[in-house]
Amino acid sequence: MSNKLINLVDITKVYDGQTVLDELNLYIRENEFLTLLGPSGCGKTTTLRIIGGFENPDRGQVIFNGQDITTLPPYKRQLNTVFQKYALFPHMSIAENIAFGLKIKGKSRQYINDKIKYALKLVNLEGFENRSPSLLSGGQQQRVAIARAIVNEPKVLLLDEPLGALDLKLRQDMQYELIRLKNELGITFIYVTHDQEEALTMSDTIVVMNQGYIQQIGTPEDIYNEPQNAFVADFIGESNIFPGLMIEDRLVEIFGAKFACVDEGFGRNKPVDVVIRPEDIDLVKPKKGIITGRVTSLIFKGVHYEMDVMANGVEWTVHSTDMVPVGEEVGIWVEPSDIQIMHKPESEDEEAVSLEES
Amino acid sequence: MKNHKKWLSGPYAVWAAGFTIIPLLMIVWYAFTTEEGNFTLENLTQIAAPETVKALALALLLAAVSTLICLLLAYPLAMILASKNVSQTNFIVLIFILPMWMNFLLRTLAWQTLLEKNGVINMALRFLHLPALEIINTPYAIILGMVYNFLPYMVLPLYNVLIKIDRDYINAAKDLGANSVQSFLRVTLPLSVPGIISGVTMVFIPSLTTFVISDLLGGGKILLIGNVIEQEFKQVNNWNVGSALSLVLMFFIVINMVLVAKYDKDGEGTTF
Repeated sequence: MSNKLINLVDITKVYDGQTVLDELNLYIRENEFLTLLGPSGCGKTTTLRIIGGFENPDRGQVIFNGQDITTLPPYKRQLNTVFQKYALFPHMSIAENIAFGLKIKGKSRQYINDKIKYALKLVNLEGFENRSPSLLSGGQQQRVAIARAIVNEPKVLLLDEPLGALDLKLRQDMQYELIRLKNELGITFIYVTHDQEEALTMSDTIVVMNQGYIQQIGTPEDIYNEPQNAFVADFIGESNIFPGLMIEDRLVEIFGAKFACVDEGFGRNKPVDVVIRPEDIDLVKPKKGIITGRVTSLIFKGVHYEMDVMANGVEWTVHSTDMVPVGEEVGIWVEPSDIQIMHKPESEDEEAVSLEES
Repeated sequence: MKNHKKWLSGPYAVWAAGFTIIPLLMIVWYAFTTEEGNFTLENLTQIAAPETVKALALALLLAAVSTLICLLLAYPLAMILASKNVSQTNFIVLIFILPMWMNFLLRTLAWQTLLEKNGVINMALRFLHLPALEIINTPYAIILGMVYNFLPYMVLPLYNVLIKIDRDYINAAKDLGANSVQSFLRVTLPLSVPGIISGVTMVFIPSLTTFVISDLLGGGKILLIGNVIEQEFKQVNNWNVGSALSLVLMFFIVINMVLVAKYDKDGEGTTF
């Protein structure tokens, strides 16, 4: 798990004078499910294409297993890609699609047939050998694309928003399917998506990107519970992001109210950003909260209710399974450990996280 | 509402009836009758005359060679065009199509002047002390004329089909280990078959039936099937035999199109 399989060093890519990636550094460990997550145009697909060899970086190196493969053409790389629109060859049957890479490598007919059988079984499409790709549903095409890639026994599978075109239910099923496949194959997956739920469900490691910069790298829990800046907090899940003042260690002031927290080392009277997840806010009796407000809207979301509470001049978004009617006065209470304090952006790459873009 | 739309096709229906269907029926009528108007199959048997068979065979051969040359010239060009961005492409396509806007006869006459024994090309060659080019009035000149005139009809369908091939198919092929040659042979080429077929049809058929190119660049000595038919109509003044030969030629064209359509159908969704 600790072995660095792919190492991206100072990768810079410029298109038409626009910097898409700016000195990106990232390593991917063996056997890892790593997700590049970010809004469109953040450079996640470009990063994937550089790893796959479909783009060459303007500066920087791609190291694979200790070897510099920066300029190696795609067909010489030990990795395979599942394309966004699957890119199944329309003039070939499913079996021929899957056999493509093996035929090129000159494998025996017996070997190829065994591999086709094995791969179709793995993706639950037994008996589909002679069908034409155009007759398959999106989900089935997706599975064929995965089968076509994995029969080549790549060390790394690159997946470019593979679930983007599927409907919600199928997307959720495929998420579990992909986790199962990864565990069965024991290879590295590099996954690109703009869907935070997909990223949280499947990944070992999430790389949050915006405007060509990496915003945060961490486990799904890290990214969700301890976002390092306002962009990550806003992009992953829903958040209340407020400007605050760090009065001293473990005490932050938000709109005039003092909240106990667990963060230290920010200094005294330092401006910070404060993130509070909507589900971490407890609505209590008016006098028992830290501050008091009034419910201004109530929406039923299925699993929970979403309420807006106006308190100290700002709206607090609250998720709760208990409903409080509009107009009612409530107290707001937050556990100290549920308050996440973040530095205000200072340097240029942190500027990129400004919320206007999201 | 529907009736209104039907009326819109009226003018074309009249046109088609007057200038396509009736003449076609007249050709059939002439082909199966004698000059006196009696039914006969004799006109059709004229196709077996040695001179006619020779002309037909030569026409098929020259048309096939020209089509092949057009394909070999056009495919790389179409590939280059398809890989460029649109603004660059428009300019190259314009340059390419420009000659098409000039009269076909003029272009062919121009070649006649260029290729003459003392024409521009030979003058230039002589000036450079190179051997003279003596292809005027030979089948080679006719092939040159065919290729020159019909090449754009090969480029355009190929370009249209190549530009529509998703880059991701090529990327997928390379991703799966195919080098440039392999990805071309296994992906680009089979996916461009519809363009090849329509290009081949659009070059082969006019080449097969031409009589102007063979007339002007063959010096009237080389007879293609088109010339034989022209002679029947204009010199021998035998419309019956001319019509019969036209029917036979039409038969060849239909066969060609049926074969092409059949191959196209087979070419889809099956092994390359």
